[in-house]
Amino acid sequence: MRWDGESRLNGLLVLAAVIPVWELASRAALVNPLFFPPMSKILKSFFLLVLSGDLPYQILLSLKRAAAGYLLAALVFIPLGIAMGLFDWVHRSLELIIELARPIPPPAMVPVAMLFFGLGDGMKIFVIFFSCAWPILLNTYDGVRNIDRVLIYTAGTFGLSRARSVVKIIVPAASPQIMTGLRVSLAIMLILVVISEMVGSTDGIGHFILDSQRRFKVDQMYAGMISLAVVGYALNQLFLLFYSWLLAWHKGLTRKQR
Amino acid sequence: MRLLDVEGLSKSYRQVGGESTLALDEISFQVDEKEFSSIVGPSGCGKSTLLMCIAGLIPPTSGTVKVKGIKVNGPPQNLVLVFQEYNKSLFAWRSVLGNVLFGLEAKRQLSSDAQERARHLLHLVGLEGFERHYPWELSGGMQQRVAIARALAYEPEVLLMDEPFGSVDALTRLELEDALLRLWKELKTTILFVTHDIDEAIYLSDRICLLSRRPSRVVQRIDVHLGRPRHQLATRADPKFVELRNEIYKQISDEAGK
Amino acid sequence: MKLLKKINFAGLASLGVLLLLWEIFTRASPLLQLYFPPVSRILLSLYQLIFSWELAGHFLASLGRFLSGYLLAAAVAVTLGIVLGHFRTAYSLSEALIEFLRPMPSVAIIPVAILFLGIGDSMMVAVTVYACTWPILINTIDGVRNIDRTLIDTARTFGLGRWKALGKIVLPAASPYIVTGLRVSLSIALILVTTSEMIVGGSGLGFFILDEERSLRTSNMYAGIVLVAMLGYSLNRLFLFLERKAMSWHRGMTAGE
Repeated sequence: MRWDGESRLNGLLVLAAVIPVWELASRAALVNPLFFPPMSKILKSFFLLVLSGDLPYQILLSLKRAAAGYLLAALVFIPLGIAMGLFDWVHRSLELIIELARPIPPPAMVPVAMLFFGLGDGMKIFVIFFSCAWPILLNTYDGVRNIDRVLIYTAGTFGLSRARSVVKIIVPAASPQIMTGLRVSLAIMLILVVISEMVGSTDGIGHFILDSQRRFKVDQMYAGMISLAVVGYALNQLFLLFYSWLLAWHKGLTRKQR
Repeated sequence: MRLLDVEGLSKSYRQVGGESTLALDEISFQVDEKEFSSIVGPSGCGKSTLLMCIAGLIPPTSGTVKVKGIKVNGPPQNLVLVFQEYNKSLFAWRSVLGNVLFGLEAKRQLSSDAQERARHLLHLVGLEGFERHYPWELSGGMQQRVAIARALAYEPEVLLMDEPFGSVDALTRLELEDALLRLWKELKTTILFVTHDIDEAIYLSDRICLLSRRPSRVVQRIDVHLGRPRHQLATRADPKFVELRNEIYKQISDEAGK
Repeated sequence: MKLLKKINFAGLASLGVLLLLWEIFTRASPLLQLYFPPVSRILLSLYQLIFSWELAGHFLASLGRFLSGYLLAAAVAVTLGIVLGHFRTAYSLSEALIEFLRPMPSVAIIPVAILFLGIGDSMMVAVTVYACTWPILINTIDGVRNIDRTLIDTARTFGLGRWKALGKIVLPAASPYIVTGLRVSLSIALILVTTSEMIVGGSGLGFFILDEERSLRTSNMYAGIVLVAMLGYSLNRLFLFLERKAMSWHRGMTAGE
């Protein structure tokens, strides 16, 4: 969705207007102050928690687990997706197993993970690993399958062995699609770390938000949610940066095709 | 010395219904070392298929191809095919220089002067200054030149070219024809060139192999006794050129009449 | 003979081997059985549970929440999406708000919902609606905004009023995008329903699976997982079936590309 100048200004004004409106409505008890503490109080909590290090600590815990699961999934399922794309027998062998495992809603794996790993980091890493698998695997597979035949023939005519053509041609050619899988999985990663922390954890940002609600520290709850939105946004931007650096050639290509 | 020996090459395809269509019908011809040979035939007659078989990328249904006396069973190590669809064959993720360097990498010849050699090849095809560009930033003719430079970097003994100037405008084509002749003279490669353009074939070649429509057979082998170096104006105005062209046209219309 | 080719023997073989190994190893080791009950026992539990009213209650509870949340979200988000996509002012006013809320994972709204609505069905439906709204809304907006100018002009040249054009032209033209959003939301709805059931408890397949895990009735837990997967799978298939019927024109059109 594009931002043009005027639209951006209008939108930001609306967004900015929320703050005073919320503040007034809360203080004047137009809305239940229990449910909607004054915005000033929320922001105050937010900054206190950030500066005291409490919130960043919880976020770091969550990100640590999330990153571990995500990277593990990438490390396992990108090569597997490539193998499935190159060797039809690998695809056929795994197809049924994948089709059976895929419909399992990721939260349903949380109790399984708790069974195996208790309430520690391992549990969350397992859940994220399982959930991020499918977008990464299937997008990688698609990316490899969609490589133009001429490119494969080019590898052949230059006498490239299978291994060398995978490194030099298959992976680069499939990389835009692989990145798509990684991007989708990034969102899933964040969702699942929050879910697993809400269901079975004693720390992490997910637990923090839920716990704040249970203790009726509502301003802290909102502060937690704000920080989560900030983290989500930051991760997205980081990913875009990474994508632009790695796939600069692709951006130009698709821009031309438009 | 017979560099390339095609004998009784046939290729048929099985259709969906179960019947098979014959694309190539017992094609036989030879190409001598350092010769510039062309294959000419109407569009759709299977010239590309023939080249793919000679390049070892698809197996013939019957017959043999021998390069330097050795039977072709897969892509031969001393042969490279330049594809018609250059935009699908070039590597979008590599710069122009990167694509040419690939030709050297494929032969594991990345010495310290690799960059120099790649630049020199780009100079030979008239693309100096474009080293850092990406293929999609170049015009069709320029892209094809990159593909040719990449193939030449591989230093093949035999260079197969599938209608390389087919999608290039008429003026650029004349430039490219002369550039190719200069390259051929300097690098002393053997070239097998496929085209549907009779004039181009006569202008470039020492020998022409004329194919019929599908199912293709060799209609005639023609020697081109025009002097070298060739000149766009002088050679094409030569009475022998006109004679050759008339002869070939006659052959084609005889074939069409059958 | 052709049907024989379609059956994935390699796939069946590897699946069979996997299940067989599972069965053999777990029967041999009581330790392993704690984590992986034998396949046969899981299937037995599944069979028993399906025919007991206990699980039927959980299943229907989840299904009910799913349908309420999903359909409500669809209705709200498609309508809102068309409005925001069509009316420039509305869009410009709300764009920043949307971009601000979007990066926050929808599951973070669960504690808020518990605060406002307690721990009943309404809370679960509310979070489902919130989460599903996003993909549907954004895709609908995209779809409406990407409608070719020519189509709009066609509507105007035939003298169609604003509202008629909306119904007869905008909605159908944007439908491929809308359908994409609806499809994504399908899995999101199931995720939210299952998650809120786990956090809040009481009833539902999500709660059941967690509860059985806590009581270390692992066969039941796995059986519950199989069941919820089957639910998700069937919903998906149903969606594809309906989509095929409704969008056959689009499939034909894009098939040519």
